[in-house]
Amino acid sequence: MSAGAKKRIMREYGECLADTPPGMKINFDEQNMTKWEVLLDGPDQSYYAGGHFKLEINFPNEYPFKPPVVAFKTKIYHPNVSNDDKGSMCLGLLRPDEWKPPNKVVAVLRLIQTLLIEPNIDDAIEPSIANEYKENRKEFEKSAKDWVKRYAK
Amino acid sequence: MDSDDDFNSSQASQDEFMEDSGADFDDDSDLDMDDQDVGFESQDKDIKPTKQAYETEFKVFDPPQIQDSQDKQIAEVSNILVQPPEATAILLRHLRWNKERLIDQYMEKPEEVLENAGLGESSEANPPKITKVKGFMCDICCEDGSDLDTFAMKCNHRFCVDCYRQYLYTKIKDEGEAARIRCPGDKCNRVVDSKSLDLLVGDDLRDRYHELLTRTYVDDKENLRWCPAPNCVYAVECSVKDRELPRVVPTVHCDCGHYFCFGCSLNDHQPAPCGLVKKWLKKCEDDSETANWISANTKECPKCQSTIEKNGGCNHMTCRKCRNEFCWMCMGVWSEHGTSWYNCNRFEEKSGSEARDAQAKSRQSLERYLHYYNRYANHEQSAKLDKDIYLKTEKKMQQLQNSTGMSWIEVQYLDTASQALQQCRQTLKWTYAFAYYLARNNLTEIFEDNQKDLEMAVENLSEMFEKPIDQLQGLKVDMMDKTAYCNKRRIILLNDTAENLKQGNIFPSSLLFYWIINNATGNWEFIVSLT
Ligand SMILES: [Zn+2]
Ligand SMILES: [Zn+2]
Ligand SMILES: [Zn+2]
Ligand SMILES: [Zn+2]
Ligand SMILES: [Zn+2]
Ligand SMILES: [Zn+2]
Repeated sequence: MSAGAKKRIMREYGECLADTPPGMKINFDEQNMTKWEVLLDGPDQSYYAGGHFKLEINFPNEYPFKPPVVAFKTKIYHPNVSNDDKGSMCLGLLRPDEWKPPNKVVAVLRLIQTLLIEPNIDDAIEPSIANEYKENRKEFEKSAKDWVKRYAK
Repeated sequence: MDSDDDFNSSQASQDEFMEDSGADFDDDSDLDMDDQDVGFESQDKDIKPTKQAYETEFKVFDPPQIQDSQDKQIAEVSNILVQPPEATAILLRHLRWNKERLIDQYMEKPEEVLENAGLGESSEANPPKITKVKGFMCDICCEDGSDLDTFAMKCNHRFCVDCYRQYLYTKIKDEGEAARIRCPGDKCNRVVDSKSLDLLVGDDLRDRYHELLTRTYVDDKENLRWCPAPNCVYAVECSVKDRELPRVVPTVHCDCGHYFCFGCSLNDHQPAPCGLVKKWLKKCEDDSETANWISANTKECPKCQSTIEKNGGCNHMTCRKCRNEFCWMCMGVWSEHGTSWYNCNRFEEKSGSEARDAQAKSRQSLERYLHYYNRYANHEQSAKLDKDIYLKTEKKMQQLQNSTGMSWIEVQYLDTASQALQQCRQTLKWTYAFAYYLARNNLTEIFEDNQKDLEMAVENLSEMFEKPIDQLQGLKVDMMDKTAYCNKRRIILLNDTAENLKQGNIFPSSLLFYWIINNATGNWEFIVSLT
């Protein structure tokens, strides 16, 4: 990774520290600055309230010309998070054709918080969960809350 | 299913070339003239007057010609829109090279078209340039300093030149983008024009960029398609539209020698329309396990059960042990082939009473499929074996030629024969997929007769390759006759299928009309819909 990219990541971390979005904690290791661990509280107004989610943000070598890669390390029942051991997300800013180099990680974190409150049904990675969210909200709510109890406490 | 071998089809297999040249080859004094004739004919093949019903008009473009036709269109539209060529190029790419639509839309709402194409307000003013700006900080790398080289397009999203370059490098090299690279500015949709790009990047990236632009040009144009042969750089132009594909099988012949279908880019699959080919390949894939055992290379003699291996393409088998002569495809007695009893190619439907219960019906439908699949796979396999044996023969002939001083042209007939065999087997192969989906009507019998005639002609020619080398020279005239006959039979079959695909109904001019008559495909009736 180039010196420029490292400088930029350091700077972004500084900005995040100064203005961390509420309900979020970032673990940063200067020895391994391309991998951030984020602890995220389920927003109060969401189905994930009361849950604590661990996320990993990985910066590719080409950062910031390519977007960071986000993975939920805590299982979550959500249309925009892959229901496998990767827990990956690939929408909006996180897509290479949407991401622009001036965009910042903090915008990604805000996007994730927003998605927990209101999933993006049109760009779902799990179509069956998206469909349930649309057609059978009660059932969706039950599973989402159930998973919070099981995995995110 | 299709092997790489199919890509080796070569220039020399023009049907008319083989048909007229038969007599000339016997006289050595005509040699020079022959060479001229061949050259003349291959140059003029685009405008040859005798177009067969199964042939489609097309034109092959090399890379400079592709660039040229692109530049011409840009220049033409640039004049009409009164926009610089760079902007015109972006506009054309934005509307996928639909010239008429671009001009219409632009005349109506120029600002909106420019905006949507990422060009913002009129881009005639100052050309883009690299500058230093006081108090600048790059929003990508966070560097600042008034000696930093910076760049911005008209949208004024300014970044340092290094970051701009790195951004373009990532887009072009890693993501293979060219025509629609947007400004790096947050949420900005302005497209990076080629003038700005030329200013920022070095030669190797610029070359790649233009290569990608050319790619998108061919990809975007409905009437252009890349030749799918490995490493081929040519594109083919053909006016056959997707909606016409149930009615015509547009085989084109690239200058690299490869025959392919303009409709679906697969290897030449005449006479079967693209829709049938797609269905057939899917079916073969789904049923591969049931059918696999059939295409195996060894079988037992139907009479004495000793194992027989097939080593040539010819289907006329003779058991080494009991001398039984039989047909590899149907395992029937060979003596019945080549006579009026020949019905190796036709599947005999059992009468209704025999196939009454569901199980019997499903067994019959499997048998029916296997009948056609067996013959389809067999011609594919035989084409490979034909080629193997030809290559061996050619090698031996060369040795013979060196020792006896025969001239090169005299063994050309073997190559010509081999080419014809490859092409005819390719056609035969697809006649079986075609026949599988064909519903019986008054035309089916003519089709099956044509298929049978071509098949017999092919087997006769194929058999000659199994003759000992020292006899081959004496069989030259015979072989050339058989080659010409094969080609003739192939043309008859293809013309018949093509004409009957086209005919019957008035050709649909509007899409609505097309949907109505969708399932009737000319005079043929198929058991499936072609779309
Ligand atoms: Zn910069
Ligand atoms: Zn911009
Ligand atoms: Zn080619
Ligand atoms: Zn096709
Ligand atoms: Zn035998
Ligand atoms: Zn047979």
